[in-house]
Amino acid sequence: MYFDLTDEQQAIKSTAKEFLAARYKSERIRELIETELGFEQSDWEEMAELGWTGLALPEQWGGQGLGMVELAVLFEEIGYALAPSPLFSSTAAGLALARNGTDEQRERWLPKLASGEARGTLALFDAGRPALIGGFAMEARPDGDDVVLDGEKVLVEDAAAADFLLVATSDTRRHLVERDAEGLTISAEDSIDPTRRLHSVRFDGVRVGPEATLNGTQEDYRPVLWRGAVAVAAESTGVAQRAMEMAVAYAKEREQFGRPIGAYQAVSHRCAQMLLETENARSAVYGAAWAADAEPESLPKAAAMAKAYASDAGWRVPDASIQAHGGIGFTWEHDLHFFLKRGRANASRFGDARWHRERVADLVLAEAGAPVPA
Amino acid sequence: MDLSLSPSEQEFRDEVRTWLEENHPGPEPEGGLEEVMAFRREWQRELHGAGWAGISWPKEYGGRGATLIEQAIFVGEAARQEAPSPANVLGLAMGGPVVIAHGTDEQKQRYLEPILTAEEIWCQGFSEPESGSDLASLKTKAVKDGDEWVVTGQKVWTTFAQYAKWCMLVARTDPEAPKHKGLTYFLLDMEQDGVEAKPLVQITGEGEFNEVFIEEARIPDENVVGGVGNGWSVAITTLMNERAGLAFGAISQIANSLKRLDELAVETRVNGSTAAEDPVYRDRIAQLHIEAETMRLNAYRGLTKTMQSGIPGPEGSLGKWQWADINQRIAELALDIEGGYATLQRGAAHAVANGAWQYGFLRSRANSIEGGTTDILKNIIAERVLGLPRLR
Repeated sequence: MYFDLTDEQQAIKSTAKEFLAARYKSERIRELIETELGFEQSDWEEMAELGWTGLALPEQWGGQGLGMVELAVLFEEIGYALAPSPLFSSTAAGLALARNGTDEQRERWLPKLASGEARGTLALFDAGRPALIGGFAMEARPDGDDVVLDGEKVLVEDAAAADFLLVATSDTRRHLVERDAEGLTISAEDSIDPTRRLHSVRFDGVRVGPEATLNGTQEDYRPVLWRGAVAVAAESTGVAQRAMEMAVAYAKEREQFGRPIGAYQAVSHRCAQMLLETENARSAVYGAAWAADAEPESLPKAAAMAKAYASDAGWRVPDASIQAHGGIGFTWEHDLHFFLKRGRANASRFGDARWHRERVADLVLAEAGAPVPA
Repeated sequence: MDLSLSPSEQEFRDEVRTWLEENHPGPEPEGGLEEVMAFRREWQRELHGAGWAGISWPKEYGGRGATLIEQAIFVGEAARQEAPSPANVLGLAMGGPVVIAHGTDEQKQRYLEPILTAEEIWCQGFSEPESGSDLASLKTKAVKDGDEWVVTGQKVWTTFAQYAKWCMLVARTDPEAPKHKGLTYFLLDMEQDGVEAKPLVQITGEGEFNEVFIEEARIPDENVVGGVGNGWSVAITTLMNERAGLAFGAISQIANSLKRLDELAVETRVNGSTAAEDPVYRDRIAQLHIEAETMRLNAYRGLTKTMQSGIPGPEGSLGKWQWADINQRIAELALDIEGGYATLQRGAAHAVANGAWQYGFLRSRANSIEGGTTDILKNIIAERVLGLPRLR
C-alpha cells in the first residue's frame, strides 16, 4: 500500500506545473479567450513536444503508453493553471479510437494524434434532447455500403480545431467524420466558460463510408467514458485547489476590523471546508485513476464517485473563494470567476453529479440485495 | 501509487481475519454496563493471549511492534467483523503509549503489563466543566506536600471512570506560569477516598461518561509522567495517538452502517415501491457512500504520508470531522426512510431494527463533540494546515 505519486509521476507534475505557470499567466489567458479557437498553435506544439498529446496512447502508435494516474496528474495541473487547450477533447477522442477504432483507423490517426499533428473530438449530444450519456438520437441511415447522417450535435468541444469528430448515433455506434466532410457546418457557441470552446455541428446528409465506422457499441465506450470522467474530475480538483489557495492567501493578507480576515472563524472555517472538499476530490480522483490502471473491475464505481464528488467541489470551492474575497471576487478583473465558470462547466461534462450518483446508487444497492460477499 | 495490499500485508490481513473469525465471542451481552465490562475484559485477555493487545506497542513492552499499515489492517478488520472493544481501550490507545514515550523505567515496569491484561482499567482526566475545548485553562490543582501531591478539582466526560484503577490526570501545578506551562501529567489512583465518580446520564439515557470529583486526593511524586510542568506536551501525545488509531476502525464502522442503511432502503416500502427505488433516497445514499470512500482514501493517503514522515500530521483532523458528519447523516437518513416508525425506539413492539437507528441517531450527536469538536478541528485545520492567523 502506497498512496502517493511515484518519482516519475511527481516529475510529470512538476514539469506540468512549471510549464503551465509560465505559459498561462492571467493576461495571456485573457488574450487567448478572445481568439477564435481559444488557444494558440505554438502552445499546442510545445505540449506535443512534452509528450502530452500522446501521454496515454499506446506506444505502438507513437504514444507514451502511460496510464490514467499520469493523465490525472496532467489534467489536475491543467485545471490548476486554467489552461485553455484542446488537449482534453483530443485526448478523449484518442482514448476512444485507441480502444474501439479499426486497425486502419488507428494506423491512420493515432500516430498523428500522439505527435500532435492532428486533433480529434467527441460529438455525442443531440440538439433539443437531454445532454445525457446514452440515448443518442442521430440516425445512421444506411445507404448502400455507407451511412448518412442528418441532424445537429451540440456541446462539441473544440470542434473548429479538430481534424475529425467521433459522432455517436442511435445505434450506439461511433463514426469518424472529418471536419472538412461535405454537409458539415460548425458554429461556435457562447459558453459560460470562456476557457473552453464549445460548438454546435450541423449534419446535412453527411455521408460516412464503411471504413469510417468504429468497432463497438455502448458497452465498449463505457471504459472511455469512465476514464474521461476521471480526467474531468482531476481537472476540477486542480481548479478547486487553486481557488482554495487564492482564498487562503487573501485571508492572510486582507485586513478588516484591524485583523487579517483569516483570523475570523467565519472565514477560516470556510477555508477549512474548501480544503476538505479539495482533498476529498483529490483522493477520489486518484483512487479511481489507480483503479483504471490496476483494478479495472472496480473502475465503474470509483469513476462515478470521483466525478460526482469533483463535479460539486469543482464549482463550490471557487464559489466559496469568491465569498471569502468579498466584492473584489465578483469583479471581472479578478481571475476567480474563470475558476467558478470552468468548475461549473466541468460539472456537466462526462456525466453530471446527479447522473454519477445514480450509477453509485445502482451499484451499492445491488450489493444490498445480494448475499453478503465474503 | 499502489492501493492494493502487498503480499506480506495481505498475509497479515488473512492472519488477522482468520483469527478473529475463529475467536470472535459474538455480540456483547444485553443488559447493564457491568456485564458488558466483564465480557470485554474476558475478550481482552483472549486478545492478549494471542498477541493482539497493544499491537502498536514495541515488543520489549509486551506489544506486537506492528507497522502502521498493520495497525490499520487490524483495527479495520476488527471493526469490519464487529469484534467487541477490549475493556481497556484508553489504556491501550493512550495510557500505554504515553508511559512508553515519557515514563521512567519503574513506571514502564509497573504499569504496562496490567494495561495489556485488562487487570487495571484506565481512564482519562482532561476535560473539566469549565475547560472543554480550551483544555489548557483547566483548574484542577495539585500542590506538593512532601513527596506527595494533593489534588483537588473536578473532571468530566470521563469514560469508564467507575471501572478505572488509574486516571491519566492533567492538573495545574504552577498557577503563576502561562496556562500551557503550569500543567503536569499524573497517574492518579482512583481507588482512594478523595476520588468519587458519578455517571453522567446522556441523551441516550445511558451513563457511558462520568463526572469525577477529586477532594484532596493523594498522588506520590513517582506518579508524575514526563516531568513537572510538561503536562501539556505529554497530553498532546495522547491525543495524537487517539486520533491516529481511531481512523481505520471508523472506516470499517461506517462501511457496516452503510451496509445496514442500504438494506433498510431495500426492505422499506415507500409510495408503492421501496426506498431503494426512490430517487431522493437513492441520491442521498449514493452521496454518503461517496463521502465515506473519500474518507477511506484520505486515511490511506495520510497513512502513506505518516510512514514517510514518521509522525501523524494535523490532516488527521479532517478524518475525524468527516467521520462525525457522515455517521450523523447516515442515522438521519435512516430515520427519514423509516417514516412514521422513526419515533419508535428500542423496546417498542413495532420498532424497526429494535430501535438501532434511533439509538444511532441520538448517540451520533456526540460524534461532532467528543475527542475534539468539529469547530475546534476546523480551527486546527485553518491554523496548522492552511497557516491562517490565530484569533486568540
